[in-house]
Amino acid sequence: MANFYTDNPDLKHHLTHPLMEKIVALKERNYTDAEKFDYAPLDYADAQDSYDKVLEIVGEICGDIIAPNAEDVDHQGPRVEDGRVIYADKTKENLEACRKAGLMGMAMPRRFGGLNFPITPYIMAADIVSRADTGFENLWGLQDCAETIYEFADEAQKEKFITRVCQGETMSMDLTEPDAGSDLQSVMLKATEQPDGTWLLNGVKRFITNGDSDIHLVLARSEAGTKDGRGLSMFIYDKRDGGVNVRRIENKMGIKGSPTCELTYKDAKAVLCGSRRLGLIKYVMALMNGARLGIAAQSVGVSELAYREALAYAKDRKQFGKAIIEFPAVYEMLSVMKAKLDASRSLLYACARYVDIYKIYDDIAKERTLTPEERKESKHYSRLADALTPLAKGMGSEYCNQNAYDCIQIHGGSGFMKDYACERIYRDARITSIYEGTTQLQVVAAIRHVTTGTYLNLINEYNAEEVKPKLQGIKDRLVAMTERYAKAVETVTSVDDSAYGDFMARRLVEMAGVIVMGYLLLLDANRNDSFKRSAEVYTNLAQAEVTKHSDFIANFNPAEVAIYKVD
Amino acid sequence: MSLNIIVLAKQVPDTRNVGKDAMKEDGTINRAALPAIFNPEDLNALEQALRLKDSHPGSTVTLLTMGLPRASEIIREAIYRGADGGIVLTDRVLGGADTLATSYSLAQAVKKFGNYDIILGGRQAIDGDTAQVGPQIAEKLGIPQVTYAEEILDLSDGHVTVKRRLENGVETVKAPLPCVVTVNGSAPDCRPRNAMRVQKYKYAASPSEVAKLSDERKALLEKRPYLNLQEWSAAYVDADPAQIGLPGSPTKVKAIENVVFTAKDCRVLTDNDAEIEDLVKELITNHTIG
Repeated sequence: MANFYTDNPDLKHHLTHPLMEKIVALKERNYTDAEKFDYAPLDYADAQDSYDKVLEIVGEICGDIIAPNAEDVDHQGPRVEDGRVIYADKTKENLEACRKAGLMGMAMPRRFGGLNFPITPYIMAADIVSRADTGFENLWGLQDCAETIYEFADEAQKEKFITRVCQGETMSMDLTEPDAGSDLQSVMLKATEQPDGTWLLNGVKRFITNGDSDIHLVLARSEAGTKDGRGLSMFIYDKRDGGVNVRRIENKMGIKGSPTCELTYKDAKAVLCGSRRLGLIKYVMALMNGARLGIAAQSVGVSELAYREALAYAKDRKQFGKAIIEFPAVYEMLSVMKAKLDASRSLLYACARYVDIYKIYDDIAKERTLTPEERKESKHYSRLADALTPLAKGMGSEYCNQNAYDCIQIHGGSGFMKDYACERIYRDARITSIYEGTTQLQVVAAIRHVTTGTYLNLINEYNAEEVKPKLQGIKDRLVAMTERYAKAVETVTSVDDSAYGDFMARRLVEMAGVIVMGYLLLLDANRNDSFKRSAEVYTNLAQAEVTKHSDFIANFNPAEVAIYKVD
Repeated sequence: MSLNIIVLAKQVPDTRNVGKDAMKEDGTINRAALPAIFNPEDLNALEQALRLKDSHPGSTVTLLTMGLPRASEIIREAIYRGADGGIVLTDRVLGGADTLATSYSLAQAVKKFGNYDIILGGRQAIDGDTAQVGPQIAEKLGIPQVTYAEEILDLSDGHVTVKRRLENGVETVKAPLPCVVTVNGSAPDCRPRNAMRVQKYKYAASPSEVAKLSDERKALLEKRPYLNLQEWSAAYVDADPAQIGLPGSPTKVKAIENVVFTAKDCRVLTDNDAEIEDLVKELITNHTIG
């Protein structure tokens, strides 16, 4: 009888952010869908009520079914039989519950049977599902591959595939190969065009999450003789057509319920999605941005779970005649865990809102020409989304790993045993800072927003908002941190040495990240008192981080990079 | 073959989460202190009904409940999960009914409903725990009953085959339609609310609720007739005033005591009249009843 949505009022705080009214009005085209669809919202309040009610269903399924199943799924895991993946029994039960509840294709338009949810409430569902079972979040969350079909496929393909996703079919994105991991330009899977316009795929893919899905997005080399990203196209493979088999599944450390597959393609029939040669340079980039936001949500869900497990244990466990939560060493860990959780969640939803706005404008642009003002706005938010996505993914995943670590630490010796959920949380958390681009690659994506000033502009935008007098102290400290950040950026960029720049990139990105999150928590606290403690705790943490990094940069001679170079 | 399926359900106080103030001084339930929920085993029954609907396209599932006007809450809940509609049998004169008067009233409503193939209900409600209403309705309608059902295995050729969960195992029985099937808590849980249906039906309202709505909402209900839930009165189902509510209830509450169960075993009787008579005599002799 648990509900992972209603037991967490922080979620509603983010769902009802002031910017949502604009997002929903745009998404619903001023609520004109209500004439065509009997489940479309009538106005903003009605839409919010629907999100609330649907998230309540998500919360209930997560609390009553998916979370109680998580341990079993972790033990049993999936297996391969005759080239097909058989999910763990409880995974099947979880999927069935999500299908019956109509939680597949949540963000897809109503004309395909979707719920037409903006990204923000959809991502909130991902956050909730991840708290229940991090590995299952992958299977459920891969529905956002449908977004790529919606954006780039032709109408007949949309009709065919998105409708099926909304009815509950699962998806996968087949990108990685044995020799093409972070470097997707090296993808070799061969696509050969047939006289009827369809394609045949031949080759091998590796580390494919949910690789035996119903509908695959496949990155393959359509241009024979090419070697780089410009020879790659995106294809849709329908499992009903056959030709792709699962050779094996990986034996992983965590997220064991989520099958990670090695796939063999033997004359697998597929259709081209969008235009040739744009597979990597356009479609995968879009796909990856969506997936990264998904991992950011997954990370926040893990942080939430780790914090709750640690808190419950610290209240329950007695040593030296009192609950261990009474000891400063323990309650400091807990309040820092909560602050990291709150900070990464605020960043996640800020990012989701920005993604929402520009994506909706992109969609509206298919119906009519945007006004110059709308175009400007869309560009602005697109840039912010691009800047915040690697931060949310990179820092959110690092925070969830730290929280999982501290969760075990608070459990002491018991946490090292298999008796408590924390060891599973620790294992499940680990992948978040690796897949969909490692933290190091998130830094590569984020650094240009350090050098071009996107972060600084955003920080200034946040700083322009008035806050209650009692929060002014926090704001003043954030202003001081921003000055140190700007100075550090100047120090690094004034040296013309790319190795030095790369060496310092993570420090600069992290400084920007903690300041952005500090401001977001400040604004949360301004809107809702319950965030004040996290804003204060996080400001202390952020200030220490900024000081550490700026000192490191200030005291560092660029020539010293050579010391670090290991042969 | 499409089916007309009736699911009997009750809105009950959530006795699984009882606090200090759950009972009033006179020993009756303090309904204000307990949230009203969909009786759990009625949800198991609803799931069986929805599975029949899945396997028999074109079927309709109608929830029938007797209670206060607010019982329309469980009609909406059932619709969110896949039911087609529902009826609240509600009337002041129905108040204070024991199981006999309740089953009479509901049987009258079923007759008014008319054409039905199967009636499903939970084994018992968590407020009264009598398990009497379902069987009594079958008696009053003169149709067969299958109790303790765990799964409906088949429904074809005018018969239903049901797996029953009994004390020492399972039993599979076949009964002609129409019949009453009461479903055990060991049956599969009900499917979740469906996101699309929740959005479509969340403004569904019964006449008593419509009266309190804003003009805007009233207009919406006029525009979308499927949002109007039904309420039936005692007169509408041609109920005999002497057989309903307090007048129709031979059960009188004399006193309520807190009893701690000591007996662990139950006694199983066959449907042999002599055995039942012996039990009644025994209960009268030891003053359990009478």
